[in-house]
Amino acid sequence: MQHYSGFGLLKHSLSHHENWQRAWRNPTPKKKYDVIIIGGGGHGLATAYYLAKAFGVTNVAVIEKGYLGGGNTARNTTIVRSNYLWDEAAHLYEHAMKLWEGLSQDLNYNVMFSQRGVLNLGHTLQDMRDIQRRVNANRLNGIDGEVLDTQQVQEIVPHMDCSANTRYPVLGASWQPRAGVARHDAVAWGYARGADALGVDLIQQTEVIDLLIEDGECVGVKTQRYGDIKADRVGSVAAGNSSVIAKMGGFELPLESHPLQALVSEPIKPILDTVVMSNHVHGYISQSDKGDLVIGAGIDGYNGYGQRGSFPTIEHTLQAILELFPIFSRVRMNRQWGGIVDTCPDACPIISETPVKNLFFNCGWGTGGFKATPGSGHVFAASLAKGEMHPLAKPFSMFRFHSGALIDEHGAAGVAH
Amino acid sequence: MFHIYCPYCCEYREEEEFHSKGQAHIPRPLNPEACSDEEWGNNLYFRKNPRGLHHELWVHNAGCRKFFNVTRDTVTYEIKEVYKMGEKPSIVAEIKA
Repeated sequence: MQHYSGFGLLKHSLSHHENWQRAWRNPTPKKKYDVIIIGGGGHGLATAYYLAKAFGVTNVAVIEKGYLGGGNTARNTTIVRSNYLWDEAAHLYEHAMKLWEGLSQDLNYNVMFSQRGVLNLGHTLQDMRDIQRRVNANRLNGIDGEVLDTQQVQEIVPHMDCSANTRYPVLGASWQPRAGVARHDAVAWGYARGADALGVDLIQQTEVIDLLIEDGECVGVKTQRYGDIKADRVGSVAAGNSSVIAKMGGFELPLESHPLQALVSEPIKPILDTVVMSNHVHGYISQSDKGDLVIGAGIDGYNGYGQRGSFPTIEHTLQAILELFPIFSRVRMNRQWGGIVDTCPDACPIISETPVKNLFFNCGWGTGGFKATPGSGHVFAASLAKGEMHPLAKPFSMFRFHSGALIDEHGAAGVAH
Repeated sequence: MFHIYCPYCCEYREEEEFHSKGQAHIPRPLNPEACSDEEWGNNLYFRKNPRGLHHELWVHNAGCRKFFNVTRDTVTYEIKEVYKMGEKPSIVAEIKA
């Protein structure tokens, strides 16, 4: 693998950047692998990378029906934070946060991780009580967090309308300084390049059409393009299509796939140097390095696999954003899109064994999977390497919906489900 | 954006008047006391999530406030049929042999 560096950039500029090595190969799959990962998005690629890098399992294939990082990895609003309420979730997201902090160095790929802080606004007395509770819980778990009052919020975001005259006045916020944003595509590409260099086969344009199951044990997958490919263990990281894969395994997951929309404006001069989220008026906004405002909100209420949603959802989002930032009322929107998010009843993911032996699932990240990409990949890789769940993943078993040990993160998930 | 026919108002109205309430036709357990944890878990949390035809419950919350059923394709989003509570769908997904 070609090492990326400032010097390399200079060297390649002398040849008009025409001789860069391909970032990854485009191999034909072998007949058998130690581990097959279904789904080449951020989480799947991270799983493959850590399997090879941290756990020494290099005979791995990632099978992707489209192109790498073309699903929700390409469609999210790039927010990274770890201020979740319950211990189980907080530990998992903080594990991811710690990996984010060294990720560009680890991958030798600039993922443009920018710890510009995230504000979660409170607009009612109850919001503020919840924020205090959550920040206290975060600090007990070693996660940074502060409760800010209106004045302090106004100082961080001078352009936001924090006056008392608004319909939903800003009473304060929780503030996580270590949180921020990262370049979504770079995360997928960085992991893909890293995994490929360690010997992982990235098989694109290949849809898994069935699972090979013998005596209740998963022994591989059936693909449209290459037929049967065997594997000792199979990990499904198929996000919105997880229910479809589960059906191939003959069981159901407590997931519902919904459209989640987002949009970006035309690029404008720097105006917002942090991330603002509001559960109450329901919208979140940040500004990308390119200058466009990145805006998102809640899911569309109905089930859908169509990667598009309804217009009223977008309209409500922008109403909320304009309530907070009247200054943006003349900004024109550039693009709008939808992804399919697999939501769980308790707004927490499923990282789990399944009723089928040697078949593992990592899904149910719902609206907040991007921030967890490195942590999710790491714990899932550990689980796939050893055949038993990593301690951080154990509470996220799919069987918690039978035992009743749910982890209710609807509050910290930050968007309505 | 959906135009949804409310079978009680007998009119097409815009999506904003309605709320989707998820999977339709979920029977309550006949003998709740005798249910195992697994049966309760399935009843409470496990929902059909098909890629294709889906029977779902909608409520006309800004109109007559009545619940009704919709059969809809979750990929094309096309509404195939609207029918009242207690009725059975006439369009159902073909079960793979």
